[in-house]
This record gives sequence, C-alpha cells and structure tokens, in this order.
Amino acid sequence: MSQARTVRMLAALASIGALLATAACSSGGSATSAAPAGTAAASSASGECAAFASYGDLKGKTISVFTSIASTAEAQPHIDSYKPFETCTGATIKYEGSRDFEAQLPVRIKAGNAPDIAYIPQPGLLSTLVRNNPGKVVEVGAAAVKNVDTYYDAGWKSPGTVDGKYYAVPVGANVKSFVWYSPKAFAEKGYQIPNTLDELKALSDKIVADNPDGKVKPWCAGIESGVATGWAATDWVEDFMLRTTTPENYDKWVSHQIPFNDPAVVAAVDKVGEFLKNPKYVNGGLGDVKTIATTSFTEGGLPILDGTCYLHRQASFYQANWPKGTDVSKEGDIWAFYLPGDGASKPVLVGGEFAAAFQTRPEVQAFQAYLTSPEWSNAKAKATPNGGWLSANKKLDKANLTKPMDQLSYDIINDPKSVQRFDGSDMMPSAVGAGTFWKEMTNWISLDKSTADVTAAIEKSWPAK
Amino acid sequence: MLWLMKPETLPEKIGMMLFAIAIFALVMGLVLAVVDRPNLPKWVPVSGYLGPSLVLITFGLLYPGLLTIKNSFFDENGAQFVGLNNYVRIFTDGQFLTVLRNTFFWVALVPTVATALGLVYAVLVDRTRFEKLAKTLIFLPMAISMVGASIIWKFMYEYKPAGTNQIGLLNQFLVWIGLPPQQWLLTPPLNTFMLIVVMIWIQAGFAMTVLSAAIKAIPDEIIEAAKVDGVSGMRLFWWVTVPSVRPAIIVVLTTIAMGTLKAFDVVYTMTGGNFDSSVIANEFYSQSFVQNQPNIGNALAVLLFIIIMPIIVYNVRQMRISEGER
Repeated sequence: MSQARTVRMLAALASIGALLATAACSSGGSATSAAPAGTAAASSASGECAAFASYGDLKGKTISVFTSIASTAEAQPHIDSYKPFETCTGATIKYEGSRDFEAQLPVRIKAGNAPDIAYIPQPGLLSTLVRNNPGKVVEVGAAAVKNVDTYYDAGWKSPGTVDGKYYAVPVGANVKSFVWYSPKAFAEKGYQIPNTLDELKALSDKIVADNPDGKVKPWCAGIESGVATGWAATDWVEDFMLRTTTPENYDKWVSHQIPFNDPAVVAAVDKVGEFLKNPKYVNGGLGDVKTIATTSFTEGGLPILDGTCYLHRQASFYQANWPKGTDVSKEGDIWAFYLPGDGASKPVLVGGEFAAAFQTRPEVQAFQAYLTSPEWSNAKAKATPNGGWLSANKKLDKANLTKPMDQLSYDIINDPKSVQRFDGSDMMPSAVGAGTFWKEMTNWISLDKSTADVTAAIEKSWPAK
Repeated sequence: MLWLMKPETLPEKIGMMLFAIAIFALVMGLVLAVVDRPNLPKWVPVSGYLGPSLVLITFGLLYPGLLTIKNSFFDENGAQFVGLNNYVRIFTDGQFLTVLRNTFFWVALVPTVATALGLVYAVLVDRTRFEKLAKTLIFLPMAISMVGASIIWKFMYEYKPAGTNQIGLLNQFLVWIGLPPQQWLLTPPLNTFMLIVVMIWIQAGFAMTVLSAAIKAIPDEIIEAAKVDGVSGMRLFWWVTVPSVRPAIIVVLTTIAMGTLKAFDVVYTMTGGNFDSSVIANEFYSQSFVQNQPNIGNALAVLLFIIIMPIIVYNVRQMRISEGER
C-alpha cells in the first residue's frame, strides 16, 4: 500500500515538474520567434516595385506554398524567386516541399489543412482533386486569368481547366520531344541529325550496320522510376501519337473520345515498338530489351557517354542527369535534337506544373497572379543560375536563361510553327495516367505483352464517368 | 500562446512537445492518484483505467476501420454506392488476381520456411560451443529495417549485361560457373520468390530466437528419459523436441504470417510492385495514394483485414493456451 502511495506521489510530482518546465520553455520560445514580418521594405511604388502596385499592401500576410520540389538545390531557386514579391508587397511566402506531395495533398485537403497554393505536377491530379473535393479548389482570380490570356499560348490554359472551369495557372514548363546525342561522336562517325522520323530510323539502321558485333547499339532507354515506373515509356507513346496521327486525334485520345485501343493508338504504340522493342536497336550498353524496364530513367541515357549507345529520347530536364563536368552544348559532349516528325509539321510534346489555390484571400489571389506575371518568370530564371528551368511565359527573356539547353527549349516553345500538346498521361484520370498506362507499358517491355493486349487492358481500366 | 497551435521554430516545436508530454503526465498522474482511492464506487477505477485506451481505440482504430469498410462500397469519388463492385473487380480483374496469387505465395512460404529454418537452426546450435555467435549471425537481419534489407538484396540481385562487370553477387556466381547473368527481379513468377527470400532472411532470426528459448525450456528429464529409452537424432527431434515446443511453433508461425500479410516495404523498395510482383499491402498503397482510387484501396484493406482476422484469433488462443501451460 505504502509503495502504491509513493508511486502516486512521484507521478504527481513528475507531472507538476514537467508543467513548470514547459512554462519556462514557452516564454523563452515565444521571445525568439517574434522576429520576421516587419523586415519588408516600405512599399514605395518606385522603380522595381512599380509592377507590384496592383497587388496592394500585403504587409503581415502569409501565403503558404506546397510543392513536390523538395531538394534544396531545386527548392531554393523557387524560394528566391518570391523575393521581389515579398519585398514589394510586404507579404511572407512560406515554402514547403515534400517528396510525398502526391499522397499528402489529398490527405491535407480532406483534413481541412490545405495549403494556400499548391504546385500540381499533373493536370490529371488536379481534375481528381477538383472532382473528389467539391468547392475546395478555388477558381483562378481575374488578375491571374488576364495574365495567362496575355502571356501564355492558349494551349497552356486547357490543362488547368476542369469541367469548363479554370483552376490552375502554368508555372514551369519542359519540352519532352528531344533526342539526346553526342555531337562529338556524331562528327566522328559522320552521322547527320535526322529531319524526319524515317531518317531517324535510317540513322538507327546505319548505326546497327556500323556495329556488327552488337556491343554498340543505336538506342538506350530506362523507364524504372519506383512506383512511377513506366512513365518514360508513356512519353514515347505520346510523342509518337503526335507524329503518326493528327493533333486532333491526340486530343480525342487524351479525353477518351476515342478508345485507348483505337487503331490509331495501336499504330503509334507499334511505331514505338519499332524502336524500343527492337533487339537490334536497344539497349545500348545496358543489355537486352527487357533491361529498359529495370534501368532507372535517370541512368537510361548515360551509355551515350561511354560510346555504347548513340540516341536517347528524353525531356529537356534530363540535362540535370549528366555527370558533373559534362559539356552540354551544341558542339560539346552531349546535346539534343528535336525528335522529328514528317519534316513539314512540328508537333511538340510539353509538360509542366500548375499552381492551384485553395483559399480566396486577396493575398493568395495576388500571389497566384504574380506567378503568371513576366516578373516572376524572369525572377525565377535569374534565381536558377544552374539552369534546368523554363516557363512558357512569352515575356520570359531568353537572356535570363543561363544554360544553352534551356535556350533551345525556349526556342522550340516559342517557335510559331510548333504545335504543342501537353503530356497525355498527365492529363488522363489518375487510374490510367498514373496507373495502368504506366503499368501496362512496363509489361509491354518487361513481359513482352502484345500492343493489342496492352491497349485493351488500359481501355478496360478507364474509369466510367 | 498562439504558437502552441502552430509551432514553427525549433524552440517552439520543442516547447510544444514538452507541453504535450506535460499534459499526458498530468492526466496520467491524476488518473493514478484518483483511481487508487479505496472508497470509490467500482466504475470509477474501471473507467479510469479502460477509458483512455477505449477512447484512443475508438477514434484511432474503430472509427477509421468502420469508415474504411463503408467507403469500400462506394465509387472512387465516394459519391455513388456501388455495392460489391470494388470487390468484384478485385476478384475478376487479371491485375488483381495476380496480386492475390502473389500474396498467397507469400503467406504460404514465408511463415513455414522461416519457422522451419529457425527451428532446425535452433536445434543444431543448441548447447554447442559457438551457440552465441551463431545465433547472433542469424538474428542480425532482424536489427535491419525492412527497407535496408531490401536495398541490400537489391544489390545481391543486381543485373549487368553479360561481358561487363557484375555488381550483384548472385549474377557473379552464375558468371563464375559459366552461365549468363539473370534479371532476377524482372521475370514473374520468379521475382516473387526472390522477394520472399528477403522476407525469410529477415524473419528466420525471430523464429530461431523464440524457438531456441522454447527448446531450452524443455525439462532435462524428458530428454534424458527419451535417451534412456534409446531415442536419438531425427527421432528425438520429431517425437520429443517438436511436440514439446508445438505451442511456440504455432505462435511463431502465426506472428510471421501476420507480418507477411502486411509486407509492403520489401515489394515497394525492390520492384515497386511492377513486373507482376505486387502483393495486397503494396497494391493498397498504390491504388490509394498513387492512382487516386482510394475506394479500391479501401476494399483491398478490408480484404486484408478479413484474411488476417482468423490468424489473429488463432494466434491469441494459442498464446493463451501456451501461457496456461506455464
């Protein structure tokens, strides 16, 4: 009995002690945290801040931004690009990047803890969010809509539109229709950059003929990407859809007005198969066709550096994957050429992320408008000295892009002849675009499943509306 | 005190943590102080002891559980009641049937092989000179996280084309004996078995430890009596050792079976569920969080719950029996 009482006393004492410690700590903690907020400069509408006058005085307001960009190297340029806005309006931007973004965002919305602004990497996720959480995603404000209409190509508005309402503004952009190669190796062998798909095939055959021992192959590829394995193969299909059929058919395919196993789609996939499933063409330096499925997409193009492979189709952002010291330029170790079509038209597959708002507060609307302004795109380009970033904003100044590769992408996006289409799998419902399309393309390569079976399986998985 | 709701700096976060601990200590102190008083009506101590855990179980387990079951009967937007459609899809769609087949292989093989290996190993090293070292070696994988173990084995299975330097040990062996290297994780159903090996590697140590303790608890008289009667070797093992540790074997089997049904880390890390190697737990994650089909995910979770339920019941009953014997 006496022992029980001692225990009780001890427990009570411990809890009192803990409480005291908390009180002591709390006064110390709050004293140190009261610093920021007031640091913003008084918003004199002079010079640099002139463009920000329309956002009003946002002193003391905080806007939270949630993105999938988590590594410091990539996140810091984003944080830096908000500085002009913060200085001129007095608002504070709270940036948060998470590798688990796609899983976290729906959970946070459901829990009533949504961020003010989120960068959504796939329009398909946007439409899922809008449809599954009615009223939670806020329509884009007037100022931002005006900016998008003025500074962006009309094609950049549709991915942010769900059921006729406009929800998300374009942020970053990348060009996917690139084939990476080594200018030095090409010069050495006398290979020419092909201008049509047929020339590309002829070039591939020539490389095969030049390397009868089979140790060097024309193409190398990798589609492994953890849970997202297969996306790199879906990009191939999208690029070839734009080249084997019309852009109108592409749109119908993405919006499911034609079935996924339509003959036009099957033909496009088979055309991809002439490259990716051709044992003579792949997988240079990495093994047989099936190794494509187990090779990480980040490593898929590296054999070009060893000279065991000549060609690698991957988006502009692949420039970040070349080892340090690789000269990525027109006459250097590595460069990219536009994946050609029929030679006359110029279809371009593009990707990008979009900013959606979850609050109607004026500062959130102002910040969303800022993201669509030329000021932001240029500030972001300047804040990214290592390159690898681009927006489709027409007023983005090419001179602010430091890397030649970004300038090449810029030229392609701003080429009046180019017909741009957004990454199809990113726009399809998640069950397909982040599910069966990835999975079945992986099976198409790893299990050698037939094109007919693959497209039929994806068609079957398309959610009934 | 507003920062307590939204801590941002490190001192604030630590303050918040201490505050939470203080509240916990205060409540527990109060409960302990009040509940022990002799003259209280009986319901006060009963609710004092059971209350907190009941509340936690209700809101942390029971409510989400019921919600999961309810949602599994709705479509992916949670708007339309679809009856058993989600379940019908799981049992008819080829993709899900593969998942069920793989899960069956996992549950059939991991507990039995891990327990068998653990038992044989425990008997072999029992009372030998190297017992401690030998047991440590087998037990070590238990100390590694599942993800860590998976990464180690991913390197073991690593494939490089023939003619180049192999990184993976397994393929290097093949090359040494003159065979071409294999893509171990790519070809179904072989890849599922390659993943199962990893789980067995992790779990055998657990089985060995528990069974070794059980073997040591067999009274010496029984062993001696058996030996006097002329039993030895395999017959001693089958007729004396195994029956004596039977309750422990069953507890180990069922515990590993439960862990295996929940196996997610190994598949997720090594193949991402690709190449027809997914299991229910991994597919549940993929459907819920990658493909945004939470209610197919819910249905998979309920299915897992239904499969695991009888094992848990059996496990608890066996534990009760073996405790009663002591």
